[in-house]
Amino acid sequence: MLVDVHAHFYHDRGPRIDWRERNAARLAAGERIGITWHVSSILGSWGRTSPTYFPSPEDLTYGNERQRALQRSHPDRIRCYVTVNPNFTAHALAEIARGAADGSVGLKLAASRRADDPLLDPVIEAAQARGLPILHHIWQHRRREWPGQEASDAVELCRLAARHPGAHFILAHIGGGGDWLHSLRVLRGHPNVQVDLSGSGVDGGMLEACVDAVGAERLLWGADATLCTGWAKLRYLERLLSQADLELVRWRNAARVFPPGSFA
Amino acid sequence: MIDVNVFVGAYPWRRLPGTSPEAVLAALERVGVLEGWVTHLPSLFWKDPAEGNRWLYQTCERFPPFLPVPVVHPGLPRWEHDLTEAVGRGVPAVRCDPGFLGLAPAGPEVTRLIQAAGDAGVPIQAAVRLEDIRGRHPLDVAPELTPAAVRSWVRSHPRTRFIITHAEREFIEQVHFGATPEEADRIWWDISWIWGPPEDHLAALLATMGGGRFLFGSGQPLRLAETPLARLDLLDLAPEDLRAILTDNATTLASRKSTAS
Repeated sequence: MLVDVHAHFYHDRGPRIDWRERNAARLAAGERIGITWHVSSILGSWGRTSPTYFPSPEDLTYGNERQRALQRSHPDRIRCYVTVNPNFTAHALAEIARGAADGSVGLKLAASRRADDPLLDPVIEAAQARGLPILHHIWQHRRREWPGQEASDAVELCRLAARHPGAHFILAHIGGGGDWLHSLRVLRGHPNVQVDLSGSGVDGGMLEACVDAVGAERLLWGADATLCTGWAKLRYLERLLSQADLELVRWRNAARVFPPGSFA
Repeated sequence: MIDVNVFVGAYPWRRLPGTSPEAVLAALERVGVLEGWVTHLPSLFWKDPAEGNRWLYQTCERFPPFLPVPVVHPGLPRWEHDLTEAVGRGVPAVRCDPGFLGLAPAGPEVTRLIQAAGDAGVPIQAAVRLEDIRGRHPLDVAPELTPAAVRSWVRSHPRTRFIITHAEREFIEQVHFGATPEEADRIWWDISWIWGPPEDHLAALLATMGGGRFLFGSGQPLRLAETPLARLDLLDLAPEDLRAILTDNATTLASRKSTAS
C-alpha cells in the first residue's frame, strides 16, 4: 500500500480551465507510481472568489463538498481532508462535523491564521474528538511575512501541538520550501507531530536528516503539487530504509495516524 | 544515459552527504547513468576556480564516467588560459555562473567569455539556481540567473551554445519564445527543475518546443539523482524521444563544434 497524505484536486469554480485534466493527471500518475490512496483537500476556490490561503466560508463549503464528491466517485482511491478557516469558528466547527460525518478522514489547515493562535484551539479539539489528524500548511523557517498567506513554521505548529498532546499533527511538505533543517530541529521534542515528505524540493541529504531527526516512525510519504519529486523521494527511500521502515513511511504510519478503517 | 548536471565536492552552506567522487559515481550507477558531466562544486565559491579545476581534471581521469565541466571566471587575469586549457582537454562544456562569481550576468566579462567560447566551439553551462531560494542560507545571496540574461547571452554571439540547468517551465518559455528559432536552437535545458504531473510542465514543454532542446540532468548530489528519471518515467514518450533526452541530445551537443569553427 502507498498513501499520499498530501494531495489536492480542483473543481469547476476555481480559476483553472484545465481542472479536469489536472485531476485526471494526478490519478493517472498515481496509478503508475502505485499510489493506493490520495488523501486530498481543496482549498476553497483556489483564489478565484477568495484567496487560496484565506478562503471564505462559502468557498470552503463548496470545495469540501466537491472533495467529498471526488471521494464518492473514486471510493477506492481518494480520501478527504475537510478544510476550514479558523477565523470563522462556527463555520469551521460545522464543516468539521459535516465532513467527519460524510467520510472525511483528516483536517486541513492552510495559512489563514498563525498556528499557535488560540483561535485554533476549538478547531483542533473538534478534530481530535473525531479522531482526525491535522495537516497544517507550513513555511519551513519563516523568517519574514510572505505575501498571500499567514504562514506558520514548525515552532508555531509545535506550540499548538504541545497544547493538544492527544492530537496527531502533520507538518506539511518538508520539501515544500524554506529551511527544512530548522523544522527538523524543532520537531525532535514533539512526538505528536509527523513529517509529511511532500513538496517539490528534493535536496540531497534532506531525507537522511528527516530520518535522523524523528525516525521512520514519524515520516509520512506524500507528493503535494509534484508527483515526480514524490516518486523520486520514494525511490531513494527504498535504498535508504529497511523494508520494515519503508513500509512505515509508505502507509503504516498513515494507518496509525488517520482514523481506523480510513484505508480499507 | 548522460547526466549533464553533476557536482563533486563539498557545499559551503550545509552538510551534504555523497559529495566524494566515489559516492557520486555510485549515485550515477544507482540510477543507470553511464556518463556524468561534472563540476567541482567548491569552485563556484572559490576566489580562483582554476584551483579546483586542476583537481577536477585529475578526478575525471581517475573516474572515466566523469567528463569535466570546469568553471571559467572571466573576471580573473588570464581567464583565456583556463578556457584554452578546457578546450584542449575536450570538455563537453565550460561553466560560468555569474551570480556565484560576483559578475554582472550581461556585463563585459561574461560577454567576453561568451564570444570566446563561441569562437572556440565550446558550450557554456550555467545554473539558474542551485537551491530553492526560500531555503537558502541567510548569507547565500547570490542572485538567480534571469531569463533576460539568457536572452542577452544568446544574442551576444551568433554561434555560442548554452546549457542552462535548474530552470523551471516559465523561465524556459520566456527564453525560448523570446528568441529567434536560430537563437533558441543554441540553448539546451536540463530537466532537473521542470515539474511533472499533475501540473505536467515537462510534458507541455516537450509538446511546444520538441524534445531536441532537453537534456537529462539531476543536479546531484545537491538534489536526488532519482528525480529526472522519475519525471521521464511518468511520461509516455516514444523510444526515440526518450533516447534523445537521455543520451542523444547530449552526445550531439558534446560532439558538435560551433558551425563556423
